[in-house]
Amino acid sequence: MMHSDQIYSIVLALLFAVAAGLVGSFALMKRMLLAGDVISHLALPGLGLAFLLGWNPLLGGACSLFAGTLLIAQLQKKSGLSADAMIGVVFAGSLAIGAALTPEEDLVDALFGKFQQLSFLTFSAGLIAVLLIILFVFRFREQLVLSLFSPELAAATGVKLNRLNLCFLLVFSLTVLVGLRFMGALLAGALIMVPSTIGRRLSSNLSGFLLASSLASVTAVALGFVLSLYLFRGVSLGPATTMVATALFGLSLLRKPSQA
Amino acid sequence: MLSVHNLTVSLGNRMILRDLSFDVDTGDTLAIIGPNGSGKTVLLKVLLGLIPYEGAIVWSPGTRLGYVPQKIAADRQMPLLVRDLLEAKARFLRLPSGAIDLASGEVGLTPDLMKAGIGVISGGQFQKVLIAYALLGEPNVLLFDEPTASLDEMEEERIYELLEHLQNKQKLTILVVSHDLSVVFRSANMVLCLSKGRPCFGPPREILTPERLEATYSMPHKYYQHSQSHQGKC
Repeated sequence: MMHSDQIYSIVLALLFAVAAGLVGSFALMKRMLLAGDVISHLALPGLGLAFLLGWNPLLGGACSLFAGTLLIAQLQKKSGLSADAMIGVVFAGSLAIGAALTPEEDLVDALFGKFQQLSFLTFSAGLIAVLLIILFVFRFREQLVLSLFSPELAAATGVKLNRLNLCFLLVFSLTVLVGLRFMGALLAGALIMVPSTIGRRLSSNLSGFLLASSLASVTAVALGFVLSLYLFRGVSLGPATTMVATALFGLSLLRKPSQA
Repeated sequence: MLSVHNLTVSLGNRMILRDLSFDVDTGDTLAIIGPNGSGKTVLLKVLLGLIPYEGAIVWSPGTRLGYVPQKIAADRQMPLLVRDLLEAKARFLRLPSGAIDLASGEVGLTPDLMKAGIGVISGGQFQKVLIAYALLGEPNVLLFDEPTASLDEMEEERIYELLEHLQNKQKLTILVVSHDLSVVFRSANMVLCLSKGRPCFGPPREILTPERLEATYSMPHKYYQHSQSHQGKC
């Protein structure tokens, strides 16, 4: 029989999977998929500081992740260099500061995460975050598509590119932040990265792509739960889910690449 | 339709356009010519409001702009069908249902082409898709950047025919940037030439003289004298 806070975890993880699949699809088109992995490391200085001072680690992680995200956006504007270059610079700094700040005994938890059962309050906060992410993608889907297809055409059509890019980066970071709880800092970006590559291989139009990515993500989390709760009890959800997602990608290779 | 007065544009430390003034009347086709780096594309972007400028740009009230960028500026690797792309603009601008069919019909996009991926269609077909995109929202001015760059002759011909058809049917005002002087001879009634020296502006028969072209392009230009009765080619 499942405990109610385990059910909270499962419901939130499955909704998170949908959000990660959707955000990952746009991140893939934006060619910033790897940023999902890297950006999660921005949480490390905050996590380290929280461990050091006895605060809630997730709150610390959230603060430094969002500060890092805003810093990337500002640096990108000031330096005139690309987003990935600025993510690289801020990432390296964050990892170094995080490693220096985090007490040694907490470092492994910070990097690989620890599966925690959720209280109703944490579940509610996570639920709001995930619904916000899904809502953003559906509300701004057209603008995202136009800005990715051609920034200048999108701007000429009336899309506010700077604001849209900043919002996407914040939503992207929020997705990583919700993922931190399940997947750990090192694997928090995995559900943004892997399912979208599966979706891209299996689809040739936009709706099909978004649907296939989300389904692949939900399947990976559902099977990951089954693996970690019933089959291999020693394996936590993050690694189990990521292994399933990677295996699904392997299976997707059996299909010929889409022509569109 | 459009009045530009003392327009100056700088990008970084480089002055791209200086004290440029010209007017465009409703129904005109203005060809913007000049060598690489003379600021043709920058001028279109300034007119679209994408780049800051000094001076005055005044569009008539009720002007709706449609923009056809150089097709090189678009990402064709995205998993988008032609219809997905047109739908994205129609939904963003909350255009009435039927707007897509109207624009695609005007340009001659077949149902099969609407279902094709943007990455697999030919250069000419893609250019048509970009024109259909620009026509969504029923613009009365089209800004066109290098309409026939990297197209073969057949495709080039079809794009010209389409432009002439649109202009005759919809009374569009067209601003077209082109390297190709045959476009200018064929359809423009006004020419703006940008160069490092003084820009010049006027009807083709006044602007497209050997002396002017040599001054604009800094090299002798082979061409036939243009007259209203003879649609000459370069």
